[in-house]
Amino acid sequence: MSFIDSIIPAGFSLNKKKLDAAGTAHSEQVGARPALSKHLRWLESEAIHIMRETVAETRNPALLFSGGKDSIVMLRIAEKAFRPDRFPFPLLHIDTEHNFPEVIQFRDKKVAALNEKLIVRSVGEDIRAGRVVLRKPDESRNVHQTTTLLGAIKEFEFDALFGGARRDEEKARAKERIISHRDEWGQWDPKNQRPELWSLYNLRIHPGEHVRVFPLSNWTELDIWQYIAHENLEVPSIYFSHLREVVERKDMLVPVTALTPAKTGEAIVTRSVRFRTVGDITCTAPVASHASTVDEIIEETLLSRLTERGATRLDDQTSDASMEQRKKEGYF
Amino acid sequence: MTTISEATIDTLRFSTAGSVDDGKSTLIGRLLYDSKSILEDQIAAIARTTSKRGQEGLDLSLLTDGLSAEREQGITIDVAYRYFATPSRRFIIADTPGHEQYTRNMVTGASTADVAIVLIDAAKGILSQSRRHAALAVLLDLPHVLVAVNKMDLVGYQKDVFQKIKTEFAAIARELGVREISFIPVSALVGDNVVSKTVDAANNMSWYVGPTLLEFLETVRVKKTTSSAFRFPVQLVSRVRFGANQDSRGYLGRVESGSVHVGDQVVVLPTGETAKIAEIITLEGNAESADSQDSVTLTLDRQIDISRGDVIAARFKPPRVIQSSDKFRGNVCWLGNEPLSLQRKYLLKHGTRTVAAKIVSVNSRYDILTLKPETVTTLNTNDIGELSIAVAKPIMVDAYWENHVGGSFILLDEATNATVAAGTILAETSDV
Repeated sequence: MSFIDSIIPAGFSLNKKKLDAAGTAHSEQVGARPALSKHLRWLESEAIHIMRETVAETRNPALLFSGGKDSIVMLRIAEKAFRPDRFPFPLLHIDTEHNFPEVIQFRDKKVAALNEKLIVRSVGEDIRAGRVVLRKPDESRNVHQTTTLLGAIKEFEFDALFGGARRDEEKARAKERIISHRDEWGQWDPKNQRPELWSLYNLRIHPGEHVRVFPLSNWTELDIWQYIAHENLEVPSIYFSHLREVVERKDMLVPVTALTPAKTGEAIVTRSVRFRTVGDITCTAPVASHASTVDEIIEETLLSRLTERGATRLDDQTSDASMEQRKKEGYF
Repeated sequence: MTTISEATIDTLRFSTAGSVDDGKSTLIGRLLYDSKSILEDQIAAIARTTSKRGQEGLDLSLLTDGLSAEREQGITIDVAYRYFATPSRRFIIADTPGHEQYTRNMVTGASTADVAIVLIDAAKGILSQSRRHAALAVLLDLPHVLVAVNKMDLVGYQKDVFQKIKTEFAAIARELGVREISFIPVSALVGDNVVSKTVDAANNMSWYVGPTLLEFLETVRVKKTTSSAFRFPVQLVSRVRFGANQDSRGYLGRVESGSVHVGDQVVVLPTGETAKIAEIITLEGNAESADSQDSVTLTLDRQIDISRGDVIAARFKPPRVIQSSDKFRGNVCWLGNEPLSLQRKYLLKHGTRTVAAKIVSVNSRYDILTLKPETVTTLNTNDIGELSIAVAKPIMVDAYWENHVGGSFILLDEATNATVAAGTILAETSDV
């Protein structure tokens, strides 16, 4: 058994690749699309069930949509759960204004194609109104999304927010319930979570409180990509390899943009890269990659020796507990 | 009536219960590390933390202790879910703390498990904690208990030590009523029999010829007790026009057991009206049938007043209807911080239905080590006992041992909204 064979999980096979004259890999498409694997079918059905339970038991839910791959899967689950009806909730984007333009274009195109309602609330508005004070003008706005998010919850009186977070992303998330209760300050109390048994969810809250709902809790990064491949879902182009100017900083590739210029003495190089997560432009780093199709991304994910957040998020490494801290304060 | 399916599964869910003292976190860390499920940045992070604490090498227990409070205190507080895969199966671990005050976390983790791993420290022998873990597996009707006799390195890898624990614990398991049980001697710290047989040249446990822990998990055949009778608790009703029939409504839900085909005869409960399945609707188009665990939308061949909380079920194998102000018996684990009260009204959630409920009587509390019933007047946090419960509106139930979805419920506190109990419905007939 080769190394690759030994790490390919059950229920998955790599597509056979053939090289054309130009040496580019193409997936062999033979016959009809295969049925969803048993594992993905179960995950999909569980996510649909969770979404429907939340809609039935809360008054005013919203779905967080960023244009990232997990929230793209969330939209597909919402279609599976509610079509031919329209979604019984609006989409909500907490915009840092530090976006990759490709992601925002994608967001607007996707919302238009689905014919659903999108609410955008921006961290920039909160900064201009003085609700968020920056220590440095160019600092990451990721952490400040909390203020904007809690403001939007209050403004629209949302009592449930769907998020695409997964338990395999990070160790504080590994301990979070599918239905995660937040007090009137938006705080998460990890030591006092509601027991969650079988698939009986407790969605009851007091006025002013809300729940965060994570239908993709049991999915892994690989499941997300396999599902995107199976459902033939479009994702923003920056997930695929492209040539980009970067600098090498702290073992990471940092994109050179107007918001993140190279520091004095740093050498700008052009590399073939792709993003594994999309977020605030100032703290999202690409990885070196030549994966230009979803199948190639799946193959790369199987072989990757770094976690998704470890490789690409400059803000999660500050301390071993930084995600837990942010979550307690009301972060996604 | 009940079919025991030995279906090949591609995802195995297992729970682990134990404390840091048992080496539970180390065992899981070893399983993930040796099966190459740990990625480089995670290894680097635990290496940093290990050396910050002045220790050498990799403390594998750090992989699973996620919250900062847990790291500070060196204990596991809450249920953590882990995901890994090998070429033959995918695995979901519910990693739970072992001490008595965390019984409710253990019950949470075990409620969805196929296998419970009970850890026994070879040097300490069988503790009351190990018995409690096995007793919980029985109460939740888990198909299989795997006993990992850990820290074999501390007892010189002696076969006799392992055999003695195995004999004693097998007797306890019989007494408790464990469905199936297996034993594996391991050393999580060194790695023996976790992923590979023996890690050093000494071949210390050549006397053990069974599978390693991972081999066991990859191959164990799980006998799930799930009734084959069709159950479809309605989650939502859609008034959008479906298909050809102008008036038809769509019933959104998940097939919780059995399967359903177009044309099947069904009964809608609690009203008892009958109909035939007209359509099974998915985003991909109409289907001829849907299997257990599929989320779909159903339409019926005639107009019936159906709302959320009703159950569409196989006409000739319907669930039992507990009528309003009728009562039923159930085992519960009391999860609330306040003791059970016979004066108060609770909310009972079963399937997609939430009804007011009163606890009529506390019939017994189980000694958690022996499962022998004791007479008590209330239940406190982490107690497990048998109750008689009356409901204000009908619920449609199965006995838990026949159907885990139709037979499980939770109780909620109306004032605090806390989940105060998790229960399993005992009898099939109204014999309260």
